Amino acid sequence: KVSASAASAWPSAPSRCPGSPPPSSGCPPPLAPQAMLRSSQPLTGPNRKRCREDEVLLGTVLDEGERGFIIDTRSAQAAKQARMTGGGTEPKSSYPQWRRLHRPLERGRQLQESFIKLVDACNDTTINMDRWLNRLESCRWLSHVKAALSTACLAAQCMDREEANVLVHGAEGTDTTLLVTALAQVILDPSCRTLAGFQGLLEREWIEAGHPFHLRCAHSAYSHARLKQEAPLFLLFLDCVWQLSRQFPFSLEFSERLLLTLFDNAYASAYGTFLCNNEKERCLCKVKENTHSLWAWLNQPGERQKYLNPLYSPNALVIWPSVEPQSIQLWQGLFFRWIRSSQYLDEAWAEIQWLVEGSEPPKDSAGNRLSRSLSDPTARPENAR
Amino acid sequence: MKHDVEQVKLLDRFSTSNKSLTGTLYLTATHLLFIDSSQRETWILHHHIAAVEKLPLTTSGCPLVIQCKNFRTVHFVVPRERDCHDIYNSLLQLSRTAKYEELYAFSYNPKQNESEQVKGWQLIDLTEEYKRMGVPNSNWQLSDANRDYKICETYPKELYVPRTASKPIIVGSSKFRSKGRFPVLSYYHKNKEAAICRCSQPLSGFSARCLEDEHMLQAISKANPSNRYMYVMDTRPKLNAMANRAAGKGYENEDNYSNIRFQFVGIENIHVMRSSLQKLLEVSGTKGLSVNDFLSGLENSGWLRHIKAVLDAAVFLVKAIAVESASVLVHCSDGWDRTSQVCSLGALLLDSYYRTIRGFMTFLISNLNWFQSVHGIFFRCCQLDGDPKEISPVFTQFLESVWNLTEQFPQAFEYNEAFLLQIHEHVHSCQFGNFLGNCQKEREELKLKEKTYSLWPFLLDEQKRYQNPLYNPDFSPELTLLEPNTVSFNFKFWRNMYHQFDRSMHPRQSVFNLIMNMSEQNKQLEQDIKELEAKIKQRNGQSDALPVKEQQQPAHPAPLALKTPPCFKKEQPLIPVNDAVRTIEGSNAADNRYSEFVAEFSKAEPAVVSLEYGVARMTC
Repeated sequence: KVSASAASAWPSAPSRCPGSPPPSSGCPPPLAPQAMLRSSQPLTGPNRKRCREDEVLLGTVLDEGERGFIIDTRSAQAAKQARMTGGGTEPKSSYPQWRRLHRPLERGRQLQESFIKLVDACNDTTINMDRWLNRLESCRWLSHVKAALSTACLAAQCMDREEANVLVHGAEGTDTTLLVTALAQVILDPSCRTLAGFQGLLEREWIEAGHPFHLRCAHSAYSHARLKQEAPLFLLFLDCVWQLSRQFPFSLEFSERLLLTLFDNAYASAYGTFLCNNEKERCLCKVKENTHSLWAWLNQPGERQKYLNPLYSPNALVIWPSVEPQSIQLWQGLFFRWIRSSQYLDEAWAEIQWLVEGSEPPKDSAGNRLSRSLSDPTARPENAR
Repeated sequence: MKHDVEQVKLLDRFSTSNKSLTGTLYLTATHLLFIDSSQRETWILHHHIAAVEKLPLTTSGCPLVIQCKNFRTVHFVVPRERDCHDIYNSLLQLSRTAKYEELYAFSYNPKQNESEQVKGWQLIDLTEEYKRMGVPNSNWQLSDANRDYKICETYPKELYVPRTASKPIIVGSSKFRSKGRFPVLSYYHKNKEAAICRCSQPLSGFSARCLEDEHMLQAISKANPSNRYMYVMDTRPKLNAMANRAAGKGYENEDNYSNIRFQFVGIENIHVMRSSLQKLLEVSGTKGLSVNDFLSGLENSGWLRHIKAVLDAAVFLVKAIAVESASVLVHCSDGWDRTSQVCSLGALLLDSYYRTIRGFMTFLISNLNWFQSVHGIFFRCCQLDGDPKEISPVFTQFLESVWNLTEQFPQAFEYNEAFLLQIHEHVHSCQFGNFLGNCQKEREELKLKEKTYSLWPFLLDEQKRYQNPLYNPDFSPELTLLEPNTVSFNFKFWRNMYHQFDRSMHPRQSVFNLIMNMSEQNKQLEQDIKELEAKIKQRNGQSDALPVKEQQQPAHPAPLALKTPPCFKKEQPLIPVNDAVRTIEGSNAADNRYSEFVAEFSKAEPAVVSLEYGVARMTC
């Protein structure tokens, strides 16, 4: 039997030597493209079924002598247990060139509980320090952030350093799988860090890939109804991207504001982009015909610049974050958004923006000023501010 | 004495790849120096060394771990055990000094002439500072009762007291206070006409009274025309204060003192703080920690809880002054540690002058706070081989509280984190005389102004490095209060202090550097434009021909040219500075522990990945 959904291959950006110094001092970039694939679990079942087609498919991805890594986002035990209900893992004998690594990532109810506990703790403004740290620890949200980042980095490491192909799957291939593949692309590929590239990434790896937004982003953390299918995977992804932006503040073209907007729109939106659970449903509901796209609105020139990071400078390198606990921070802009004033931080940010943009197209404004002076000798020098 | 050992390895404690730098280790009279194969230098001041430990012999050599007071930990592997043993013993000796005269400050020579040295000490004038504050005035006067240190040895000669406090009152009150430390002015708020005063605990026991002391407090409250009552803040936990009563000391009884409102604001004592920091360092020093272990370690240490307690106390003090216009008298046991922290922070929150670079320096040296007499900082930072029980991170806590404020109010401070870190560095370095001695008397006896150099001129020379590019002087006009939010979640772990030297942990790209550089560029460009405009005007005025199309001069980004001033020579800059606007890019997968499967990976890490100097150059 064929596994539940066809793998979708994403050819990675060719692993390459970083930008400068110029190629003459180093070796030319190797162009062997690595592929990162995602799927759902193989339906090996309790009887250890095999599937020729699946084996052939995965076999063709690898050349002679090459090896691949399968990153299974379930624990080894959970994967084994999945066999009882018809799922399972790729047996080594049938997929000899692939090495399987287990990186358990939290999903489902547990993740939602974690989210709810964190929001509860943040809302308690009378809490004492010990209790606060205790609740931060016991909600485990930051542990999940670390685990997600580590796994994505592992996938990236396999591709970039080991030059191996990577297959990522969990159980359904719609949650933690997408988290890992999308995050790995942000880490590896500079084009995914541009505003347009990031939108494309979201379209591809979350929306088209079938992350069930309707089920997962139903009520968020305040609702009393604990829905079975609800889980903040997308938020976890946004949190991880935010961590990257903290560690590499010049490397993402978009700002925190975009991430917050995406978070908002995933749960409740005037736009159809995050509606339904997969492409099939969107077709049935005629989403494209009946709604407006979030991207269309975001990309309007006037809107767009609100989401840009003024410190952005294209970084052609792979960005490897530190995943030590000391380096992982609580996303204050999200979790304390309505709890404490960010006035001073906002003002400081505006100052940064002014400082940076003030020097940005100096050639333009300075050039203009100077030409004006040339044509009108009585023109007074304007204040640049 | 010169020692050098070759082929020593310096391990990176957070890297997973166990990569190390090999080089030569040198010992000089004042420093330990490690020069690696790419000529990079690591300097460690002997005074900074808190502990040296020899670990069990391994196949690669003899490991030596050095822990420093600035929280740096270096891990060397010395090939031969004999050498390791020698170094270990030498370091033990060099890092312990029994006499003041052996301290670096007395031998440090930055090659200045005598007048420069003297000027360095006079840079900041305390009398000016008091004038700026508004004293002496009709309610407060300068008293010379302690001019020979006869009344209180640990107080300075110049003390400000209420005008109605006569000498007998002063003498009587000092007899009733622990170690003679009677109530004196710490900070005067001229708009509210309210004062922050400080002292030590009264020797009240269970029922003792002292008329003069009661008069003293009355004098203080009378010196405030705006408010009849005053606050007395005891910064100890109530239990401790009560326990002190059994030893004949204790706290003020509201019944005996008219018009006082007594308040406990429990901050733990130096022993608790010392052990708290130790636990924190254990946590921060562990590799491969899980988030949960880190957070529970942080919680167990109680460190952030103490920082919050200090800031909470300061907020209470500040509200009393700013909202109620009431004077406040602060004390703990001996009026040294917690009192200093609270009074200092209070003044910082009240007065925007202390949020400027010069203001902070003034703040530090003034009578009120740290060095001239009222704070045994010397004991606490353990420069001399004294009682280990007297060591406590009180000053570190103070700096950390200030840092928390700079995080909450990014535009309110003229100085940046690097400034705070540099001061911390030098408090422990004993390179300058400013931080030596426990009181004015001692400092005079040591002849610090003649025999040592002052840190302030060096810091002022390098001001650019310590400036906050986001500083807005209009943020809080003079004497406007800063009101920090002290809910628990506002307090963060100060990674840049406790992991200052762990490069792999840092944000990979420095926003601060970028902004500093851009500010410089902006200024430079503005200047260029003005010059060009002037030129154009001139030409237009002079000749009628030649529509000269002036090319704009190429923008030369002024890199932060740090000429290395003598005292900071050889120190690794806290913020890596280079020509490119961006610093660390990409970093390195091997520096991070992504997986236990590291062993699986066959490919060797690229040979050269330069983290600090811009682009990672990797061999393919």
